[in-house]
Amino acid sequence: MTALLDLSGLRKSYGALVVADAIDLSVSAGEAVGIIGPNGAGKSTLFNLISGDVRPDAGTVRLDGEDITHLPPHARARRGIGRSYQIPLPFARMSVYENLLVGARHAGRGRVADPARHCGAILERTGLLDAADRPAGRLTLLDRKRLELARALATAPRLLLLDEIAGGLTDAEAHALVETIAAVRASADVAIVWIEHVLHALLPAIGRLVVLDFGRVLAEGAPQEVMAREAVRAVYLGVEDPV
Amino acid sequence: MRPVDVIVQGVLVGGLYTLFATGLSLIFGVMRLVNLAHGDLIVLGAYMGIVTTQALGLSPFASLLVVVPAMAALGYALQRLLLNRTLGDDPLPPLLVTFGLSIVIQNALLEGFTADDRKLAIGSLATRSLALPGGIAVGWFPLIVLACAIAVIAGLQALLYRTAWGAALRATSDDPVTVRLMGVDQRHMYAMAMAVALAVCGVAGVLLACWTNVDPGAGPQRLLYGFEAVIIGGLGSLWGTLAGGLILGIAQAVGAAIDPAFQILAGHLAFLLVLLIAPRGLLPRMAA
Repeated sequence: MTALLDLSGLRKSYGALVVADAIDLSVSAGEAVGIIGPNGAGKSTLFNLISGDVRPDAGTVRLDGEDITHLPPHARARRGIGRSYQIPLPFARMSVYENLLVGARHAGRGRVADPARHCGAILERTGLLDAADRPAGRLTLLDRKRLELARALATAPRLLLLDEIAGGLTDAEAHALVETIAAVRASADVAIVWIEHVLHALLPAIGRLVVLDFGRVLAEGAPQEVMAREAVRAVYLGVEDPV
Repeated sequence: MRPVDVIVQGVLVGGLYTLFATGLSLIFGVMRLVNLAHGDLIVLGAYMGIVTTQALGLSPFASLLVVVPAMAALGYALQRLLLNRTLGDDPLPPLLVTFGLSIVIQNALLEGFTADDRKLAIGSLATRSLALPGGIAVGWFPLIVLACAIAVIAGLQALLYRTAWGAALRATSDDPVTVRLMGVDQRHMYAMAMAVALAVCGVAGVLLACWTNVDPGAGPQRLLYGFEAVIIGGLGSLWGTLAGGLILGIAQAVGAAIDPAFQILAGHLAFLLVLLIAPRGLLPRMAA
């Protein structure tokens, strides 16, 4: 069986700075993979390479066996790659509902039968139903984070890339957001790749953990087992207590 | 002339100015691009109308069926092949490229059609008028132009705020990078916006040539009127552009009633006055 996402030999450097150094990574349909690593380890670059914001110097990106290495971001979105940014960037002058509708109607074309109902269901699930008609630029941070997730879900992704979605939230808020993500996974066949610094939010929600350091995969495996490794503890020492 | 009559005539010519301004307003609103060739593209539309009526024997209004799609196609190609490459953080390249385009269009028209001025004949429609109570006569043709302007603004407004395409265009205007994650190709959206803008230029050009004489050098003044209407109304607001066009028309009519030599200067003075009172225009788009 081909993997949903397959990265092989991905390499990207900016001058002497290597941000992705021969990365190999596969994600199966419906899987949840967490990605951690110190600042500058190449986590966001990895997402940029998958979503198409950045083209690799070498290597390939495959979605369902199809080589998408040279496709622009909008074409990848239409094939089912959804993404949330670390810093929420809503379409500020549009309503929350309209923010979702754009993705449902364009990226989701073919997968979303009824965009209005699809968006309504996502608004309800992400707790944004009451804010549906408000301009997205006037939301609180928590609601902006929810919108960032909701907007990515509106594209009906098969692969969802979450970039530090729990960052900047209180524990209770982060917990609620994680529960929403768990509910989404339970109801839709969507694979998740999740970058997160907030480990207590991340670890229970994922099936596999990947540690990046200096653009390379340092460790990969079951979350608790990976976190126990000496090399990982060394990288994380002073950053966050993994236990 | 009596005051009411002056204002009515001003509103009518304001319809034409609104059509000059609509494409500029749309393009600036969507991609922050100031198209210095806009006036020359209107004149190009006028010449397309002249050629079409002569070659195919169509009436000026029927020529719109050819001119509007042709201008739209030109707009799509122009944006996709040339102007998209100039967009970025630096506002200078689009200004320089469209300024160059303006010179190219003017000289190409001069080469193809000489410097003689031309006009589209609309027969008896040019002189027929509607008698309003109070002894005011309103020309049918200017009335049609005003109706066109209102229809174009209302149509664009509906396109932007009532359709999926419009939502994608507004999202592109808001954030051209993030919109790609929603499956929208921002280069295509920009090209579509320019296609719509030039389609309106085609309408404006044909109606301009029906209204008055045009020559290859007539573009820059139309750009200036269009620009003033956009600024008076407020950047990025289509209804504001209509208001701006009408105010400019009225100001010119009032100026002309005082002294015919004062007509154009009065329009510019009204523009300055609005800038003094409301620097962001009368109906600026809401800040987020």
